[in-house]
Amino acid sequence: MSEKIIEFRKVNKYYGKFHALKDINFNVNKGEKIVICGPSGSGKSTLIRCINGLEQHQDGDIIVQGNVVEKTLKNIEVVRKEIGMVFQQFNLFPHLTILDNCALAPTWVKKIPKKKAEEIAMEHLKMVKISEQANKFPGQLSGGQQQRAAIARALCMSPQIMLFDEPTSALDAEMIKEVLEIMIDLAKAGMTMVVVSHEMGFAKTVADRVIFMDDGKIVEIKKTKEFFENPENERTKLFLSQILK
Amino acid sequence: MQIENIKNWLKINLFSSWYYSLISIIIIYYFLLIFPKFLDWAVFNATFIGNEKSDCKSSGACWVFIKVWFNKLIYGFYPEKDLWRINLSFFILIFTISLSFFIKDKFKIYILFFLILIFPIIAFVLIKGGFGLEYIETREWGGLSLTFILTFFGIIFAFPLGILLALGRRSELFFIRYFSLLFIEFWRGIPLITVIFAAAIMFPIFLPQGLNVDKLLRVAVGIAIFESAYIAEVVRGGLQSLPKGQYEAAKSLGMGYWKMNFLVILPQAIKAVIPGITNTFIALFKDTPLIILVGLLELLGMVNLAKSNSYWLGLAVEGYLFVGIIFWFFSFILSRYSQNLEKKFSSERY
Repeated sequence: MSEKIIEFRKVNKYYGKFHALKDINFNVNKGEKIVICGPSGSGKSTLIRCINGLEQHQDGDIIVQGNVVEKTLKNIEVVRKEIGMVFQQFNLFPHLTILDNCALAPTWVKKIPKKKAEEIAMEHLKMVKISEQANKFPGQLSGGQQQRAAIARALCMSPQIMLFDEPTSALDAEMIKEVLEIMIDLAKAGMTMVVVSHEMGFAKTVADRVIFMDDGKIVEIKKTKEFFENPENERTKLFLSQILK
Repeated sequence: MQIENIKNWLKINLFSSWYYSLISIIIIYYFLLIFPKFLDWAVFNATFIGNEKSDCKSSGACWVFIKVWFNKLIYGFYPEKDLWRINLSFFILIFTISLSFFIKDKFKIYILFFLILIFPIIAFVLIKGGFGLEYIETREWGGLSLTFILTFFGIIFAFPLGILLALGRRSELFFIRYFSLLFIEFWRGIPLITVIFAAAIMFPIFLPQGLNVDKLLRVAVGIAIFESAYIAEVVRGGLQSLPKGQYEAAKSLGMGYWKMNFLVILPQAIKAVIPGITNTFIALFKDTPLIILVGLLELLGMVNLAKSNSYWLGLAVEGYLFVGIIFWFFSFILSRYSQNLEKKFSSERY
């Protein structure tokens, strides 16, 4: 049995009266890659955002690397420092250059000297293949480049876990590929990844397990091969037949 | 070629249709009617030389008035032998500000630090006295230098306070949010004149016996608090213009509340509202003459005093024109400076 790095125990989340997450139970092991899919409004983004406390849950326990994500978000920074997150809309800081975007949190949160932080940033920018854009501002880059910069920014904090919230949904077709390639590299390097995505090709290539969500519940959670070859639930079958068309 | 260009320019800009031509002609007519008369009065028929009112024999402006009163208009009743102390303070201020145009961006933070934290102390000691310098009561301060002192004090006090209030108004903590809300709405809801009166006349009544806070300081703090409410609302506008994703990205990188706001949110929010902030500062600068109501005489107050001097009666126009030009000039500089900043920042974000 490998080491659990994320643990959800009967997690419930409400937006007012709306029941957004219903009795969510699952674990992620260290080094595991999980892809979460499901129709829109099924709660997959909410689920992933509960992991680093961008959304508060009302009931149940979320444990990340042995630290409890408090319902009041007390000391949430301790948890967040170890988790990198990539957003659908990139969310780079438009007032800073790409290099400063990457070096900002390491300098101010991890107190790494600025010079050193910039070196680390440069390494990661090389890894995502945009080191020549380091001194440009986000607004000067294409969507794909921005998303790769955002991945580099998250990696600069040397996280143990990477969360991806629909990382390619805001991108044109030809840019999706360049972002997915980086994510595949990252997966090969052994990073623990939780990815909300509709890219089933990506899921087949890298995911260890796939989670299918609908209506705030985990409908099916299976090893990737099994998930695609013989899904049990009717809703999963319907979803797969629609998306793999 | 040159003449052709001018003709074209005129045609496009002034006489593009009969309707515009008519408007242009009317405007030019009135301009020609008034401007030469004004020039005659202000320059050609004006008196520049002399030392008393009787030297002004022509029909034009009597600039001798400004010349004789110049020191009073700039320095108020500050003792003549100590004027260097005011001059030195303003020299340091102007020198540091000009320096900021020539040095690298990353050192500018030190200049800002100096201007906000160190310079006020230096200037205060220089102008007020202490450390071996003779004390000069604030009632002797006045004129344009007082206008500047109040404006500068107002800006460095109102700006940080306004930012904190803007953050407070969006805080998740109940008491902080409602305190900020009440504070802002209270100060925005009363006229500045009331604030000045209250600070000068009412406030001392509530102070315990024997405790005495300088009147100028009371008024200056009153004005600064008043303006901070306006700054807060301007900055709040900027905060609201930022997408939620910026907050989330900062949080996901492990930043706490203060780091998130000072490194990510405020730099963007403030850049977005530079015009509004400049507007508030210009308003603050132009509101300072109101302190005349409680017997403090900045530039306009000094002119009022000078023109009612029995020896110099009847020279109000010259005095007010002088004040107008000075106020316009410095407001214009502020406005240009802010346009410069806007341009610089807009090139960063595309």
